[in-house]
Amino acid sequence: MALGQILVGAALAFLWILIFPHRKRLYFLLTSSVIAVFWFQPGLPIRGLDFWLPFATLAITVATWALTAPAEVRLTRANGVTAAFVVALVLLLGATRYLPAEPLLTAGRPPPLTWLALALAAAGLLAFVAKRGRNPALAMSLTLAALVATLVVLKNPTLAMWADLGLRRLTGQPVTHASIADLQWLGFSYIAFRLMHTIRDRQAGRLPPVDLGEFVTYVVFFPSLVAGPIDRLERFIQDVRGPLPPAQDAVRNGGWRMAIGLFKKFAVADGLALIALNATSAQQVRGAVWAWVLLYAYALRIYFDFSGYTDIAIGLGQWLGVRLPENFDAPYLQPNLTQFWNRWHMTLTQWFRTYVFNPLTRRLRSGARPMPIAATILVTQVVTMLLIGMWHGVTWNFALWGAWHGLGLFAHNRWSDYMRRHDAAPGQSHALHGLRQALGVLLTFNYVALGWVFFALPSPAQSLGFMLKLVGAAG
Amino acid sequence: MNQPTRESRPPVVSMPRLAAKVLILFVAANLVFAAWTPSGLGRLSLYNRLVPGRERLPFGESPQLSYNLSLEDLEAMFASHRISSEQSRPDEYRILVLGDSSVWGALLRPEQTLAAKLADLVPIVCGKRTTVYNLGYPTLSLTKDLLILDRAMRYQPDLVLWPTTLEAFVRENQLASPVVVGNPVYARDVLVRAGLSSPGVGLPTRPSFWAQTFIGRRRALADLIRLQLYGVMWAATGIDQAYPEIYPAAQTDFEADSSFHHESAPPLDETHLAFEVLDAAVRVAGHVPVLVVNEPILISPGTNSQLRYNFYYPRWAFDQFRGLMQQRALASDWEYLDLWNLVPANDFTNTAIHLTRRGESMLAQSLAQSIRARGCR
Repeated sequence: MALGQILVGAALAFLWILIFPHRKRLYFLLTSSVIAVFWFQPGLPIRGLDFWLPFATLAITVATWALTAPAEVRLTRANGVTAAFVVALVLLLGATRYLPAEPLLTAGRPPPLTWLALALAAAGLLAFVAKRGRNPALAMSLTLAALVATLVVLKNPTLAMWADLGLRRLTGQPVTHASIADLQWLGFSYIAFRLMHTIRDRQAGRLPPVDLGEFVTYVVFFPSLVAGPIDRLERFIQDVRGPLPPAQDAVRNGGWRMAIGLFKKFAVADGLALIALNATSAQQVRGAVWAWVLLYAYALRIYFDFSGYTDIAIGLGQWLGVRLPENFDAPYLQPNLTQFWNRWHMTLTQWFRTYVFNPLTRRLRSGARPMPIAATILVTQVVTMLLIGMWHGVTWNFALWGAWHGLGLFAHNRWSDYMRRHDAAPGQSHALHGLRQALGVLLTFNYVALGWVFFALPSPAQSLGFMLKLVGAAG
Repeated sequence: MNQPTRESRPPVVSMPRLAAKVLILFVAANLVFAAWTPSGLGRLSLYNRLVPGRERLPFGESPQLSYNLSLEDLEAMFASHRISSEQSRPDEYRILVLGDSSVWGALLRPEQTLAAKLADLVPIVCGKRTTVYNLGYPTLSLTKDLLILDRAMRYQPDLVLWPTTLEAFVRENQLASPVVVGNPVYARDVLVRAGLSSPGVGLPTRPSFWAQTFIGRRRALADLIRLQLYGVMWAATGIDQAYPEIYPAAQTDFEADSSFHHESAPPLDETHLAFEVLDAAVRVAGHVPVLVVNEPILISPGTNSQLRYNFYYPRWAFDQFRGLMQQRALASDWEYLDLWNLVPANDFTNTAIHLTRRGESMLAQSLAQSIRARGCR
């Protein structure tokens, strides 16, 4: 999200709570979020793609709702009206193609309305098939698989390039200009995880019944569209259905939170970005001390950038009466890696804990021959962290980053276990406890910072080369 | 949802009052900032403290590649240069090299510039250890060089070396340099002190109130912060310029056009050239000798080269300029060297004045010879 888009979003939210805070709230949230899906999407060189990707976001979201909503909820008149409203909004955005001015709410010129009508018909058919299919369990599993496959394609450079080449051939554009940046699908990582959460909870019988408007708003809620947090549906609808907090409180608290977020993102993080480690500076840097400076700058930059965006999202959410979950809680001040991961990108780790770590642990520890505890912890930590790594990108370096943290978490778990059993001085003095905490914070921060080498650089070879620089073993 | 009780409910804030308070605070902060007039803000610098000073004044059009940026605050520019941290010693002979982008060292690394080469070639002058400072700055304007010279005189130089070229004399270029535009009050002050009031016409005597507020100076403040941050990258990498592997070569083929600015034929109108700025610079330097150099230019071998030496100069204009410089130098007793044709055409890079490493070495050798020859004058 650019600064201008944030400020416009904030201004709209401010006006709305000032003018009619209690009327048609869901429709305001739905309308602004649907428009934001198109407006926030960056321009792409493949013809029409910067319109079709947001369109696909909405189509998949509606189809997933149709798949997961109980029949008695699906068939209400209100949902029909909402569906018609969303279609009308998309058609209106498409109709801006015929305005003489440059497009304001879409990255490029929308496709012709006939194409859009055909696509809407196809999306409607998809939703119809989703809700009328004879085997909804299979449909849900297939949808999950399709979401994962799309994520893999988007996150893997080779697959993304193949997809890009295919799209370029389809649109008759030169393949020589193909680049993995051509497939920038705004917010899809978060959207996919929200959809997967709803499908898995539906499969487990835990998903509360929600209207189409509530569901779409939850998935594409504009403050959290680009960088999270990943809310849970049952919590989100409580806020949407519940009463609004007093406007003054919302303005004061949300405004303060947004101001902090804007400062973190656009003053601190963007300043640190000038000196943060990247592929070019990793090669240029001379001397171990400066290599550490660049690495620390990267560590701080990624925190301030991400947590700044989260603060903005949470503040905007407060203005709109939605208490988005916290995503960061002083992660770099934690005395061990386990606590770091309890406070870094909390909603993502919670997601993985719920849908990967816990089920995998149960699976490995159940049955006639359960896996030993230590082995279970090793497998579950490493698998979970590998998947978290690859959520950021399906490359060797993100896998290494995940493995680095998985092994670190395992080591910490074993160390904690050992200390619990062998610590001879449980009643240690405050000073000693403080010293241990401080050393823990220092060690944890540096372990995390070293892990960022894999995150910041594009290849294992370059990461290794930079690690050698950090220890003064390379020029 | 539980409603807060009367006791626990936070006091209701009046929105208009809150907005009014914020506005008043904002205006007051701007007024205080403007009244305080922190003109020396640019002197607050990480350079020469946490990070080493730069070898040349900050300039960069692609900051993310060059770890360098162009800014207007002369104080900040000097504060980032190593010259501002090094006290003059009795056993030291200080040479300042003024000039344009060819002196600054476009496409050259800091150790390949004229100043660096001179430092290698002339380690001792008059029995003293030589220190050579690169104070060149891109843009062709004698007035810009005069400002830099005036500001640099506090560093007690023993010799000022000033390679320059005809284009820097053109009157309309004098106040167009960003260094002059960005420091109008200082520029006017220098011009008046140097007895040159007319070129300063149009420059304000004092900055407007608006220009002194926090809002008015937001760009300068942002640049100042970015300059400090890029100092870290300068220290970490030693890079202060983007070095493209491929760049367009200096133009050598021309249209059949022999015009120079507003003139199309001899004689060259002296009133269009700011010779008086050169005189003023010599006055500003006081007892410190100034060695003026007509710097090497590209002598093109291409189409219509019988009309033009290069992109900048038709032959007639530059030839007349050389004659005028010779006459003025004799009349004003300047120390003057005419090295215009010292460097062959294939030792220029992307413009008619930017030299290759070899071209820079040739110029440095010639100047080193002159510096040695002039002895301890």
